[in-house]
Amino acid sequence: MTKTHLSGVSGAVTRRSLLATGAAALAMPMLSRRAFAAPTELTMLAWYGHAEPDMVAEFEAENNVKFVPKYYTGGDNMLGLISQSPAGTFDVILSDAEYVQALNAAGYVEELDPNDYALADYFPEFQNFPGNWQDGKLFSLVARFGFLGVAYNTDALTEAEAANYNIFWDPKLTGKVGHFDWHLPNLGQMSLLAGNASAYDIDEAGWEAVKEKTLSLRPQVGGFFDYGGTFSSLNDGQMLAFAGIGDWITGTLEKNGAKVRSVIPEQGGLQWSECFSIGKGSQKAELAKKWIQYVTSAKGQAKSAQMAAYPALIPNAKGWEVLQAENPAEAKRQGMTKDAGNAMDMIRAGRIQYRQWPIQQDLETWNDFWSEYKGA
Amino acid sequence: MRSRLSLYGLTFSLPLLVWQLLFFVFPLVFLVALSFWTVKNFTMTPDFDTVNWVTMFSRGVFWQAYGTTFALATVAAALTSALAFPCAYAIAFKLSDTARRWAVFLMVIPFFTSYLVRVYSWQIFLSDAGIVNVMLGYVGLGPYGMLNTKGATLVGYLTLAFPLVVLLQLFSLAFIDRNLIEAAHNMRCGRMRTVFEVVIPSARVGLVIAALFAFILSFGDFVSPIYLGGGDPTTLSILITDTTKSGQQWPRAAVIALTMIATLLVVAFVAVRFAYAGRASKEVGK
Repeated sequence: MTKTHLSGVSGAVTRRSLLATGAAALAMPMLSRRAFAAPTELTMLAWYGHAEPDMVAEFEAENNVKFVPKYYTGGDNMLGLISQSPAGTFDVILSDAEYVQALNAAGYVEELDPNDYALADYFPEFQNFPGNWQDGKLFSLVARFGFLGVAYNTDALTEAEAANYNIFWDPKLTGKVGHFDWHLPNLGQMSLLAGNASAYDIDEAGWEAVKEKTLSLRPQVGGFFDYGGTFSSLNDGQMLAFAGIGDWITGTLEKNGAKVRSVIPEQGGLQWSECFSIGKGSQKAELAKKWIQYVTSAKGQAKSAQMAAYPALIPNAKGWEVLQAENPAEAKRQGMTKDAGNAMDMIRAGRIQYRQWPIQQDLETWNDFWSEYKGA
Repeated sequence: MRSRLSLYGLTFSLPLLVWQLLFFVFPLVFLVALSFWTVKNFTMTPDFDTVNWVTMFSRGVFWQAYGTTFALATVAAALTSALAFPCAYAIAFKLSDTARRWAVFLMVIPFFTSYLVRVYSWQIFLSDAGIVNVMLGYVGLGPYGMLNTKGATLVGYLTLAFPLVVLLQLFSLAFIDRNLIEAAHNMRCGRMRTVFEVVIPSARVGLVIAALFAFILSFGDFVSPIYLGGGDPTTLSILITDTTKSGQQWPRAAVIALTMIATLLVVAFVAVRFAYAGRASKEVGK
């Protein structure tokens, strides 16, 4: 077999060795790219939208990470998914605030170091957010929140009309009042209407009054809707007023041109809050921490406020500033400006209460009544 | 003569046995066991406690949902069968072979698309500002509230079951001995009387089985009651989701599911008994 010798190259280079070297050289970029570019997978258990590109693309690119989301449709669903999965299955867990203590009690989340996060940038009301802390230890960090009031069709009702829970009983809304199908926000709102100082801390007499008031609304109700059903029934005008929701639904629809809005009634509104934790036993706790640092930073917070799936208020004061610079219209729409009557003013004026689990009744009692109400 | 179990026969029957064990018997046994478990702080604990059965069976809302679901499924089965029969009859007796093949193909096409998507598309037709009301508006009628009603739920059930019921009825009608129909006509039996006294009795087994399938599909359906009925009134499938939504009460949901399975078994047994009633004695008399 003839061997080709190349002049000018030290040592004998055969055609075979040249081809082998060339092939190896050509393959190197592919191999090295594969070796260095294979992204680390970070599992996230969250409501829909939190691991979509509009939220995570930048972080993924900067940190060579690929989020693997598992979306749930409610706190109980979330707890069920965690309890049925081995420890370490989820690196990042997003939870509604009222469920954080349950996560904690079951040992599903890692303790966080408050010094790792930009807590100083948070509004004071959120620096020691109830539910995030237990016995002086931090277990989760609130990243976004929103208010629940009366959602209404702007063609059917004026803001003044909608600014009172009693509008649900208006004869012109018979069969046109929708419920987001979850007892906690709906019954909390009925409790506010009943005049309870603390919507979820009510005695038996208070609970009976809430039940009675709620049952009187039943003839007005056109349906009980899940996430998708709530969107569509408001969007197509099938339901003209909605209990149990707020801007997290109507804000998305409004941005897409639907004639719907939310208002906090004079009896007050409720606050939902979403908090990030690191899953117990996570093998990527450092990366999970980095994500929480990102999403609670001013930049991440501004992004979170504008999340495509559903908008939200943010607890980071510097995040408000970034949002005002990036998207002043959205900052104004959501009330995250320095103007009087902004979202923080509403909290400070005592018009908003945290959505939480009932204190004097157990959760099952509320849920059972909700089923009875639906069947009534 | 007793037939011996051969390796050949075993080989072909084994997949069915394995399938039934894996996907029906084992899950059913687990479901029964689950119904006796208890839940504390969102965590299910293996147990043997009848509390879930007692709790569910003593709740008015459970029996209310049961009655609603049973009634809706019964109406759906009757309505689907009644509407499907003329269609199946026409395909079986009035169409040419080629047209019949096309008709069967058309009946299969709905299965190509997701049932959920088909149900969602009904919202566009049935909503207050939807296509049906717009059409009615042209002739000075409406608008009528159709979405989020029991009627809309039934439309969903029809969407789910109609093609299958037509096909099952068609297969049954196709096997009717044409000589019987011809004989009826020769004896001056009118068309309608032939249908009711010859065709339907001859195809009874298939017609009953078709109605049974419509009942089974409607009884367990979750999509139509939610997306067309607006979750109002509560059906058993909705009650299952409600039960699991709060406190991880899967054992109670298992009680509802087992009650549904028991109901379907009883209904299926009664339906099959009715379908085959009288056939055994006729065969003996041959």
